[in-house]
Amino acid sequence: MTTDIKRSRIVGRGIPLHGNDIDTDRIIPARYLKAVTFEGMGEHVFEDARKQNPEHAFNQATYQSASVLVVGENFGCGSSREHAPQALMRWGIAAIVGGSFGEIFFGNCTTLGIPCLTAAIADIEWLQRAIGRDTGAAVTVDVDTQEVRCGDRVIKARIPDGSRHQLLSGTWDSTAVLLEGGDAIEATAKRLPYVSGF
Amino acid sequence: MARTLLDKVWEAHTVRTLPSGQTQLLIGLHLVHEVTTPQAFQMLKELKLKVRMPERTFGTLDHIIPTANQARPFADPMAEEMAAQMIRNSKDFGLPLFDLDSGRQGIVHVIGPELGLSQPGMTIACGDSHTATHGAVGAIAFGIGTTQVRDVLATQCLAMARPKLRQVRVEGALSRGVYAKDVILTIIRTLGVKGGVGYAYEYAGPVIERMTMEERLTVCNMSIEGGARFGYVNPDQTTVDYLRGRPYAPQGAAFDRAREWWMGVATEPGAAFDDVKRIDGAAIEPVVTWGINPEQSVGVSQPIPSPESAPEAERPTYREALGFMGFEAGRPIKGTKIDVAFVGSCTNGRLSDLRAAAEVARKGKVAKGVRALIVPGSQQVAKAAEAEGLHEIFQQAGFQWRKAGCSMCLGMNDDKLQGREVSASSSNRNFIGRQGSPTGRTLLMSPAMVVAAAINGVVTDVREMLA
Repeated sequence: MTTDIKRSRIVGRGIPLHGNDIDTDRIIPARYLKAVTFEGMGEHVFEDARKQNPEHAFNQATYQSASVLVVGENFGCGSSREHAPQALMRWGIAAIVGGSFGEIFFGNCTTLGIPCLTAAIADIEWLQRAIGRDTGAAVTVDVDTQEVRCGDRVIKARIPDGSRHQLLSGTWDSTAVLLEGGDAIEATAKRLPYVSGF
Repeated sequence: MARTLLDKVWEAHTVRTLPSGQTQLLIGLHLVHEVTTPQAFQMLKELKLKVRMPERTFGTLDHIIPTANQARPFADPMAEEMAAQMIRNSKDFGLPLFDLDSGRQGIVHVIGPELGLSQPGMTIACGDSHTATHGAVGAIAFGIGTTQVRDVLATQCLAMARPKLRQVRVEGALSRGVYAKDVILTIIRTLGVKGGVGYAYEYAGPVIERMTMEERLTVCNMSIEGGARFGYVNPDQTTVDYLRGRPYAPQGAAFDRAREWWMGVATEPGAAFDDVKRIDGAAIEPVVTWGINPEQSVGVSQPIPSPESAPEAERPTYREALGFMGFEAGRPIKGTKIDVAFVGSCTNGRLSDLRAAAEVARKGKVAKGVRALIVPGSQQVAKAAEAEGLHEIFQQAGFQWRKAGCSMCLGMNDDKLQGREVSASSSNRNFIGRQGSPTGRTLLMSPAMVVAAAINGVVTDVREMLA
């Protein structure tokens, strides 16, 4: 529902995750979808990848309080499972900066109030190096100005207008906004031949 | 100005423009299943809201369904709980459910078209990324997350930004032994797994026009694997013939009126696209994936590519894929040993897929040491296949004939890879861990190619067996 909280700026420590095309099966394996709530999802984020790679960023003590995830291209591709952003959010991620995002994942993040901003790959790589070197460095994700700031550097970033507006106005969780459509919803349906029985 | 199907369907379903600039889009058909909805129903209860248009919402059980023993309660208590919740939620909210005893249960993307629920000109949403499948009948169909499922349940609408439109034309003609699966895998390899981000795909050209509806369903199914949230084929006579007589399709005089409207939503000649891409159908050969995303594939006669042959930005992903798969660049994909063969899924679990698989299964027996499963996409597919005796052909060849469900496509039931097993699979994703084992390996291919691999125990060019 509409909330008073607005997501104009998120400031937190960064966590770099290298690689492209990281799919939602990797973020949360399907066996954890056998659940009727999202509770506890955070514990299983990247579970198999973390087991297979002790160096995985999500295993490192230094990143345990990070909230800004910095990823490569096509992050969150594949399955529509909202369990993926739920797991990231419950682990502590509040904003994501990447080269590009799987579209359903991007939409799911927006509905949870997690801004996903895209930036040039050279800037992403710089940012990943910066937060790899100085793990305590603050990263600012500014939805309003469409910038990501770290140290002295200001990175030009992008978020589609619709999602930006939703985050800035606190209407990312859209049920209340959609309910305001009122009778126009039924009126639109009635005009459709397949609803009225041709 | 000539308009596209996307123009017309989007406009017909626009309730209003939201303050965000997005469209409040009416959803004409909402399909629900047990895995991505329990939290949405719970939120609805907490908000004390009803389902806005229960008559436009249909449910089934597919992801967690066991395919060997379906007696309730299920052996897996969590699967049993999810099924029970789905049944309870359907009852509480007054929604029709195609339960196991309905004769119509199956994978949501198989039963929608099969029952005539999915029709041209509709908007269709479902909490599953393969909802793009339904675009084959000329609908705008896309996957959504659970919070959006709640939005559709509560308001029958979504807040959506309209994508750009790319026409993907498949020219020429396919050769024997090349199937719809090979076409879509070739499209994905050519345009990339993120090539479709921000786009809807309109599949067109002579190869697509000549395809049966079931072949078109296979193509549209994997749109999301190419990054496109939805893809469609314009309705034509094939569409009309497919829908005639289906239980939820209009009947009698209403069908003739429907036909007029359906044909009218097709893209008009001369309409403009944001982009057009062409694929030569004659150059497509049977395709096999060698890596960890559906773009990483080769024709069966080709070697596994080296990272050096890829654009520089792709090389790390190539190296990661080769490392995970334990494959060596330069080696032919043909001859790769397999442990498991799986025919099924929303991509390739329909009657025509089983017929193509059976045609090859007649030619031999499953190789020693290979575990081979045939999982029909729905109860109706199973019934039709059994009426033709396909199950006997499979069983005589050493395949297990299972009951309908998503099964080993994503390993949410007991059908899983074990350890490092290599699977020849007619499903849609070769992601790390996808088929239920965190270290399991998946080679995507057409159902006929899966059966050929099952018989020889290694990746095989099915054309040699069909000759």
